[in-house]
Amino acid sequence: MKAMSLRNPVIRRNGNFLIGTAVVTACLWVLVPLYFLAVNALSSPKAVIGFPKPAVPQFNLESVHFFATYEGVATALLNSVLVAGLTMVLAIGLGAPAGYALARFDFPGKSAFRLVVLMTRAFPLPLLALPLTVLYIRTGLDDTALGLAFVHTTLALPFSILITASLFLSIPVELEEAAWTLGCTRIGAFRHIVLPLAVPGIAASAVFAFVTSWNEVFAAAVLTVQHRTLTAFLLQSLDVSPLPLKFAGAAALVLPTLIFLFAVRKYLFSLWGIANR
Amino acid sequence: MRETRWLPYALLLPATAFLLAFFLLPFIEVALNAFTPKGGGPFSLNHFRTMIGDWKFGPAVRNTFVLTLIIVPLQTILALALANLVMKVQRRADVLLYILTIPLGISDLAAGLIWLAIFEQTGYLNSILSGLGVIPGPQTILSYQNMWVLFAAVILAEVWRATAIMLVILVAGMGLIPREYYEAAEVFGASAWKRFLRITLPLLKPSLQTALILRTILAFEVFAIVAALAGTNLQVLMGETYAWQFDFQDNGVASAYALLILAISVGFTVLLLWALRDRTGVRA
Amino acid sequence: MADIDIIGVAKTFGSYQALKTVDMHIADQEFMVLLGASGSGKTTLLRIIAGLEYANAGEVRIGGHRVDHLPPRSRGIAMVFQNYAVFPHMTVFENIAFGLRMQKILNTEVERRVKRAAGLLRIDQLLSRYSNQISGGQRQRVAVARALAVEPAVLLMDEPLSNLDALLRLEMRAELKGVLQESRTTTVYVTHDQVEAMSLADRIAVMHEGGIVQAASATEVYRDPATRFVGSFIGSPPMNFLPAERQAGGVAVVGRTFPAVAGQGALEFGIRPEDVVRAAEGLRGKVRVVEPLGPHQLVTLDIDGHLFRAVIENDHKIAPGETLVLAPRADRIRWFDRASGAAIH
Repeated sequence: MKAMSLRNPVIRRNGNFLIGTAVVTACLWVLVPLYFLAVNALSSPKAVIGFPKPAVPQFNLESVHFFATYEGVATALLNSVLVAGLTMVLAIGLGAPAGYALARFDFPGKSAFRLVVLMTRAFPLPLLALPLTVLYIRTGLDDTALGLAFVHTTLALPFSILITASLFLSIPVELEEAAWTLGCTRIGAFRHIVLPLAVPGIAASAVFAFVTSWNEVFAAAVLTVQHRTLTAFLLQSLDVSPLPLKFAGAAALVLPTLIFLFAVRKYLFSLWGIANR
Repeated sequence: MRETRWLPYALLLPATAFLLAFFLLPFIEVALNAFTPKGGGPFSLNHFRTMIGDWKFGPAVRNTFVLTLIIVPLQTILALALANLVMKVQRRADVLLYILTIPLGISDLAAGLIWLAIFEQTGYLNSILSGLGVIPGPQTILSYQNMWVLFAAVILAEVWRATAIMLVILVAGMGLIPREYYEAAEVFGASAWKRFLRITLPLLKPSLQTALILRTILAFEVFAIVAALAGTNLQVLMGETYAWQFDFQDNGVASAYALLILAISVGFTVLLLWALRDRTGVRA
Repeated sequence: MADIDIIGVAKTFGSYQALKTVDMHIADQEFMVLLGASGSGKTTLLRIIAGLEYANAGEVRIGGHRVDHLPPRSRGIAMVFQNYAVFPHMTVFENIAFGLRMQKILNTEVERRVKRAAGLLRIDQLLSRYSNQISGGQRQRVAVARALAVEPAVLLMDEPLSNLDALLRLEMRAELKGVLQESRTTTVYVTHDQVEAMSLADRIAVMHEGGIVQAASATEVYRDPATRFVGSFIGSPPMNFLPAERQAGGVAVVGRTFPAVAGQGALEFGIRPEDVVRAAEGLRGKVRVVEPLGPHQLVTLDIDGHLFRAVIENDHKIAPGETLVLAPRADRIRWFDRASGAAIH
């Protein structure tokens, strides 16, 4: 029987070898370009423009210094943090209650709401920035962190809702019912029982919202002029910025998200995968 | 308890109101702006005429479609292979998965710049090639004279960046397929490839559908990666939208482009939903 | 006084009627078991008493006060859930203490009551552990201790033993009975296991398709089932039923004549497997299967084409294919109206 082939030690060893090579290749494929970026960001500007690239890189913080002191970069970084932070707060503040409602209740309109939330992902959301420019000018929101945060929240909200919904679903409702029989009001049960269990997952989706905003390019470039975010800044200076600036900027874009996502990786896999059904 | 009647609606209200204001209304406005001529007035197709008449329109449409139609299938195959790999790995599968999904957290602009470091004139590709003696000196790889190179660079960068999006969805979907199905197939003599074809793929259809739709829509939005690698030498729809809005300050034509992208996205979504619809009523 | 009154309670979920106008009175300190198969409405009724569901009609009173508009926390109840619902982010101590803390009881008193409840359930050495560090059986004890610690007027239990393995279930049943007898709290206990019901209950309410068919002591439910359903549901192996024909001056059951039964209409003859003895005269059948079960033999016979089970003592071996004559104990024969299933007295 063919099934016996897996028991054959020779074939098993070859199979393991193939898998091992595949794993190493896949990892290198992802990590090598990042390595190049790190090297570029941590080399002197001369080395960045120089050719050929040395096999063993010389580490040097000049590029980083150049980047940090370049005009407009510091404020751009601050703006990115501000917008991402606002997005995070808005996405969770609006999304978590909706997620809870979807997880715990059955009510007329539930599937319609769910459908609308899913449908929003069928639309290229950054395009929203276009009509909003006019509206923002009228309401004084143009070129503000809050204005951009609203667009980014639209981007992050559907995810936030679906992730928190599956998060709350994973906390058995019996726990809340037990709390109700032991003297809790609905809010009390939420505070004492659900929240402590949900905090890690909510933190993960908050980070996700932050990263979504941090990385977004199109809307940021369209909506911010004086108060540009890092992405807008880098995009609009592509023609004129020297290479060291580009690479250090890219590193600045990448590093925080790598750290954040590593910190919450446990929850993101289970939540994202389920949320995408 | 009594409040279960109105509580869910109260909880949904903020999110619904927000989406209404910042999603539904703006999209209606895009449509309106696309059809309203400069300075107001009745329904007009002027913006669309301007859009189509511009010499960059044709290339933008062509390039965007070519990129999408190459990248998405490529990524799907790659994602399937990687998902399979992740499921097969016995130890440290979570570490492998984390590494493979790192690109998820990377902005498309950053990804473009990362691959710029490789393809740039003084970049790593040139360095390696010259080091191996293949070329005499630094070559300009990313110039408008080598359109196919520009394409290749963008495709490579996009595949590098965005395969993870499909990977996560597929891994989650694969995790739901009970092992017993594979074991039964094995007992009945199915090879690994057959098992993949007859069990994995069919049961993965809902996840594949989701992954494909998501990825295709994002593919039509390709923007920053092209800007980083090819600047204005490679036109794409989103890039043109940006140019008209920001450089030419013409919201009307930009909205026309936006509507076009929207129509294409919705069209493909419907197509994919229909093509991969659940015909048997079987769910994994 | 914590007696419970259920008056005209009905509940529908969408188009599905889970409870059809239920009336019941549970006396103070009584241990009432709601027994039924899944879908019988027993858990729904329990949850309505708890306040986790709201009835569409009717009243619920505890201690004479109407409670059906009150949330669970204001009803003076405590509940043990089927899956225990032990809070995973708290220690065993904090779990048991939870209800007391919600009542803002002083720390010293909290500690006393927690230790006492833990002692009753024999989990005092687990107080500093978390739920993922203890076994399922131990978690169940935590759930019970948590409910007892608040010293409720009414204790509600939703199939607390059904997730335990057979041996553990047996042990816990006895322990639970001991603990609850001591606490003397009015208890409503839901189960589908009739042995559990018989063992623990003061009274059993047999439920079927959203209604209470009979509410009586274990013995009464066993000996005098109100309907054919109760007769077939209670008792293992189940009661035997044979068709009966009214005749002039009596009732004929597979060829044997029995004294006349009151009323009109088609009848069914019911007798429990252990209420027949081998005799010279009686119901005649052919032995199909003999199962030696230790203390007795379970014999399955074919009586005139009908399946019949008898519990016979072990002294004389019986072989398949034999013909057996069984005389039913006259005082244990039960007659049922064939159309309605109601017992005829």
